[in-house]
Parts: sequence; structure tokens; C-alpha cells
Amino acid sequence: MEALKQELKEKIIEVLNLEDVAVADISDDDALFGDGLGLDSIDALELIVMLDKDYGIKLVDPKEGKNIFRSIQTMADYITAHRTK
Amino acid sequence: MNKTYINGVGCVSAQKTFDTVFLEEAVLNENDNLLPIQAPVYKDFISPAMIRRMAKGVKNGIVASALAMKEANLENPDAIITGTGMGCIEDSDKFLKALIDNNEEFLTPTSFIQSTHNTVGSQIALSLQCKAYNFTYVNAAVSFESALLDAKMMIEEDDANSILIGGIDEMGDYTASLFKLAGFIKEDDGGPYPLLDSKTTGVVYSEGATFFVLENKITETTYAEVLDVEIQNTIELDEVEAKAAEFLKSNNLQISDIDAIVLGFDGDVEFDTYYKKLTENSFVNTPQLYYKHLSGEYNTASAFGLWTASKIIKRQQIPEILKVNTLQKSQYKTILLYNQYKGIDHSFTLISDVKPQ
Amino acid sequence: MNKGVAITGMGIISAIGNSVEENYHALINGETAITTIENINTVHVNVMKVGEIKKTNEALAAELGLSPDNSFSRTAMIGTIAAKQAVKNAGITAINEYKTGLISASSVGGMDITEKHYYDYFNHPELVKYIGSHDGGDVAQKISEELGLKGFVTTISTACSSAANSIMLGARMIKSGKLDRVIVGGTDALAKFTINGFKTLMILSDTYNTPFDNNRKGLNLGEAAAFLVLESDEIVKKENKKVLARVSGFANANDAFHQTASSENGEGAFLAMEKAFKTSGLKPSDINYINVHGTATPNNDLSEGRAIIRVFGEGNIPDFSSTKPFTGHTLAAAAAIEAVYSVLAIQNNVVFPNLNFNTPMEEFNMIPQTELKHKNIEHVLSNSFGFGGNCSAVLFSKAHE
Repeated sequence: MEALKQELKEKIIEVLNLEDVAVADISDDDALFGDGLGLDSIDALELIVMLDKDYGIKLVDPKEGKNIFRSIQTMADYITAHRTK
Repeated sequence: MNKTYINGVGCVSAQKTFDTVFLEEAVLNENDNLLPIQAPVYKDFISPAMIRRMAKGVKNGIVASALAMKEANLENPDAIITGTGMGCIEDSDKFLKALIDNNEEFLTPTSFIQSTHNTVGSQIALSLQCKAYNFTYVNAAVSFESALLDAKMMIEEDDANSILIGGIDEMGDYTASLFKLAGFIKEDDGGPYPLLDSKTTGVVYSEGATFFVLENKITETTYAEVLDVEIQNTIELDEVEAKAAEFLKSNNLQISDIDAIVLGFDGDVEFDTYYKKLTENSFVNTPQLYYKHLSGEYNTASAFGLWTASKIIKRQQIPEILKVNTLQKSQYKTILLYNQYKGIDHSFTLISDVKPQ
Repeated sequence: MNKGVAITGMGIISAIGNSVEENYHALINGETAITTIENINTVHVNVMKVGEIKKTNEALAAELGLSPDNSFSRTAMIGTIAAKQAVKNAGITAINEYKTGLISASSVGGMDITEKHYYDYFNHPELVKYIGSHDGGDVAQKISEELGLKGFVTTISTACSSAANSIMLGARMIKSGKLDRVIVGGTDALAKFTINGFKTLMILSDTYNTPFDNNRKGLNLGEAAAFLVLESDEIVKKENKKVLARVSGFANANDAFHQTASSENGEGAFLAMEKAFKTSGLKPSDINYINVHGTATPNNDLSEGRAIIRVFGEGNIPDFSSTKPFTGHTLAAAAAIEAVYSVLAIQNNVVFPNLNFNTPMEEFNMIPQTELKHKNIEHVLSNSFGFGGNCSAVLFSKAHE
């Protein structure tokens, strides 16, 4: 789980082009959207593609993303439970 | 009827056209067929959160528009009108490439969104929270002039007091390679590429963003008045002189009233003939200028031309580097600009000084 | 109140017909044309439906009599077909006789051809001619060449509001005397680029689009082209032209909320409609029919609905419908085909049905007109909203001459 969380932090920074953010800046339970890291709905769509491409999880309804992407921890939990890659 | 004044300018180009006065640091590069842009420090103008997904053209557009608005002391325009020939082609290429390479899987929306042609105008509106009229013109070499004409009409219709207009185009690697293949850009290793008296077809290519604030009043930052803009799709080579004369006549002017003519020479021997018709005949006694040797050619490069003309009227002097001939005038009151690309999309623009003579 | 600018000709090609008559026939007979895509090979073929013009590029080229070495994109071909129809319908035989212009609109441009040959150019010299067909301006260029038009030509590209903006600019140029007549409209062909672009935004439906329905899932893309001819009153009088209807009001505003989504209270849409009324002298109570943008995305219909309520008042909304269940969402051409439909509504005194509707939206009380309705139509409001917050409203009025 720790390795996955580390990996997710690195991927988010890369996929979303967060140049000024370091892995150490993101805590496991920080809010990713709204306040906190300040991601928005377009970022959510990018993360949905990342789930598919890297972990083989296909989300059909974008609204599901709201709960999954709440924090690094919730993402890691979801991926661990549903990954096919 | 309200008049239209250029009250602020901002330019990001292949030359250092910001944080300078007027081309004093200009460098003539006749060795490359692709001129790279002199990029500003984007972070000085745009937050990191926004920069991260912005296309190059959007970033350049935001900087150039910010400079123009700052100069004109304008916080929120009554309209935002942009012109672009190819839009944010880099992101367009990125999305298309990913689509083809991944067989339509694992695509993300960012580059698709950045590739829509009105993205520059709309992102400027977003950053200013400007809910006003917002148009984008995409018609090759008259994209910028369409924006200029629209803005002038709006001011005349009394529908706006302050309008932000701009011309933006990007140079994308893959598209540039296609343009070379198609002969639109001069051949690699075919240099040097002097634009005047060129013997080859194709152009030296580049990118840029040039913005203006147009207003219906003269202020302390006024550069010039925009007297008239005309766009015509087709003009035969043997018609261009008559057309220029007709344009001046409709503005109660004759050739002798023109203190300088700014021409879009781009080094394409096949179509620079249009400019030569004017320089060798009707306008042989007029100071003649060109600018694409500094800006490179792209669909909205004519905005750079208007930028140079505006600066000339404000400063009442012409940098040597812009001159086609050596004629001078004691005063530069009225300037005519003429541009076309590949023999179509012709435009005539007329600007004049507002200071009392 | 001013009379508005005269419309003297129309031309259209869409999934529901290859002419104005065919489109009208389909509209009044409920003949939709949302199908499985055939002309494009896409992996998404079974999870989406489209409003496709069932003609191959070869068939379109043959119809136009294009030479084998032509470099027309599909967008340019359908645009040319529609523009020629409009010019003919307006009885124009000498196109450069007066100050005549063309204001086109496109978001796809030549992308339909570029995406086919993207990597092939370097090994296939015979394809190199298409490199110059990619940009938005090439479509207008091809159309103007086919029409023999030499005057003012430009193209607007503001996503799904593009053609409304072409109509607006055209009307302004006639009013100011800059042009005597102008051909305005838009064209967009289906392309893998847009199909995939919209797919990444997760706003495509995998079934038939259901505008203003509580269970709506998203839009169906479509392809189409439509052009109208606007002429000054002097020319109308001089040439004794029949006026089909008039462009009586228009406005454009920006939502400034998000790149691809509309604000919760439809601010941009509201501002556009409000300004259209204010500058035209017409009142919301004058409107007999609203042809809504109604793409059937969860976001648009909610946002547009709220904006309409703000303008008209929830109890005073006139008959409204989205015609996108017939044609799909044709992007830059949408406002042009819907302008044609608005004129047809006025000429024939009919409100077209909003098909596929079952359940009213729970957020407010707005029920579209679900069946064809015959009544006198004096004034129509047509809405078109595009990415980048671009919101346009155009008013069409009956010509009493």
C-alpha cells in the first residue's frame, strides 16, 4: 500500500503537470480537489484515464470519481480493491 | 460615429518585443527557416496552477494581452476578439497523435480542450472573469484583420468602449515538418533566406501573439487611430494597384498622403510579386517597410505588422532594420499596411497619428 | 423596433435531408436520423450514435463535380453543397455584382482529412495536397472558389455557437452598409478527432439523445452544413426578392466559468438572451417558440433551463424544443441548421417536436413541446452555446411584406 501511495503521488504530479509540487508536499489524507491540492473536473477526467491505463479500472460514470479521488488514501484503497493490472 | 484608437499594445514574438522600446535588440536571422520565439517568463503573468495545462499559444496570448491591457490601464474589456490561423496546433497534434498511436484509447481531455480554436480568447475571458462578447476568427491570413474589423465596427455601433483584440499562432514541430514537405516553408539547408529579392518559394516560419487595446477615446497612451480595414479574398496581380488606390480614395486620401507603406513580404518569390507591384510602381516614392524577416511568417503575423506601424507613429521614427528603401519623411502621419498569403486573403489597413500637426 | 435583416435564401444538408424540403419533411414527420456510424472506422462504434450524412466522400465529390486532384475535406464538401443551394435559393446569378461576402463557421475544418493521412504524407506524395486543407479558413476558401466569390470572406470558430456568430456578424455588416449581401452559416463533418475529444469529456450518450429529460445521458454528435443569404433592404427592393424571414435580434456573451462546462445558473446564456432582447426591442413575451441548444448533456440542459427561467419566468416559458434528437449535435453547423429550422417554423407556423422525452427534469418545471404543434409563429429565439463559455442567442421574425 505504501509503495502504491508513493507511486500515485508521483503519477499525479506527472500526469497533471504539477511542476511546483513535490511528492513530499502531498499527505495521504490531504484533499486533492477544491481546497488542498486544488484539482478540478478536468483533472478528474485525466485521473479516470490513468485508472484505466495503469490499473485496468474502467469508470463509466465520471461522478464516481468524486469519492475515489478524495485523497491519495481513498485512491489507493480503491485501486487495491479493483485493479486488474 | 465613434473613432477607434490603439491605446495599448503587447507583443510576444521571435524578437525581444517586450521589456524593450522598439526593436533596438532586434536580431536579423536569415539562416534558419524556423524562427523560435523569445519567450517571456510565464510565471510572472500566470499562476502555476493555470500554466500547467496551458497551450503555448494560450500562454503567449495571455502575456501579450496582459501587456496591452496594462499599458492602456484597462482592467476589463467590453469585448475580446481574437484571430488565429491554425489555433493551438501543438495540442491539436498531441491529441491526434495520441488518438492514432493508441488506437483511440487512454486519451485525456486537456489537449483536446486546448486545441479548440477559441481557447485563447476564452481563457483570457476566464482569467479576467470577462462575460462580454467573445469571438474568434479562423481564416488564414485575414484572421487578425477580421478581429480588427469586428472591433472597429463594435466601436462605431457604440456597442463597446474598450476592446481587446489579438492575433495568435503557434509553430508546432510536426505541422512544420508537413509544411516543409508541402513547400510552404523554405527547404532545410536552402539558406541563407533573405526575404527581399528572394528567388525561392516558401517562407521562413515562426509564431507569436500580438494584442491591442482599441478604444473610442484618445488617452495619454494612444498610438494611432485606425481609419479603415478592408478584407478581400481575391485580387488579381494586375488589380492590386487599382485596389490600393481605390481603398485610399474611399478614405479621401491619395498615394502622396501615405507617409509609409508596411508590406507583408515573406520571401515567397511567387507571391511577393503583389508587394513588388506596389513598391515598384504606385508607391515607388513612399518609404517602404517590411517586418516578416523579424517576425517570421504565420497566419496572424500581420498583427506584428500593425504593432510596428503603431510604434512608428508614436515614436515618429523608423528603425533601419525595417526599411525596404531609404526614403524618409519628416513626419509619419498616415501609414498603409497591405498583406496577403499565397495570393489570397488580402487586407488593407490604414492608421494615422492623432497628435495635432 | 427595427425590421431586422432580410433572409432571402437557405441551403442545408444534414442527417435528415439533403435539402431544405427534405429537412422540413423529416421534421414534421418525426423522421430522426440517429444511427450507428458508417463512414468512419472507430473503436467506439458500438457505444455511440451519430447524426451522419449517409454519403461517402466519393459520392459528395461526384455530386459537386470535383476533379480527381481536388483537396476538399468532407467539411468543405458539405459546406459547398449547402452554400450553393442557398445562393440558388436566393436567386443570385452574378455573385460579385454587389458587395457580397461569405462568413462561414467550422470547428473541425479539414481535420476529417488530416486525421486520415496524418502519418501518410511522407510516403504518399499524392496526399500532400491535403496539407493545406487542414485549417478552418480552407473550408471558406473552397466554398468561395466554388461560388466564384471574390469579396469579403472570413470564418468564425467559437465551437458550438460558431454559426450563430456568423449570422450575427453578417447581419451587422448588412446593417452598417459594409456589405450588400452575405452568405452566412457553418459546416462540420464527423471526425475521429471530435468523437474522441467528446468521449474524453464523458458527455456522449450511448443511446438516443433525450434533451431536457431527467434521465438524459449525453449528446449524439452529428454532421451538417447550412447557409443563409442575408441581403440589404435596398437589394431586396431593387431585385424584388422574396423575404423568407428576418434576423431581428442577436447577442453574444461569455459564461467565463469553465472551459467545457456551463455555470450552474447559466449566466452566459442568460446574458446573451437578455442582450438580444434589449437590443432588438423585442420582449420575451413576443417569443412563440424557442429552439433550444438542448444537447441533452446533464450540464447544458440544466444550465440552459435555468437561464431560460431567469429570462422568461418559470410560468411564462413559450413552447420550446431541441431538434437535436433529429440531427444530433452538429457543432459549428448547429446554429446554422437551427436557423434554417427557425425560419421553417416561421414560414409554416409550426413548432417542431422535442423527441425522446419521457421524464421532466426534477430541478424545475420545464416541459418541452413533444409533438408537432401548429400555431402562428411571429418570433423565434434560437440558442447556441459552445465550449469556452461562448453563448449566443439569435432572434428570427416573420417577414410581413
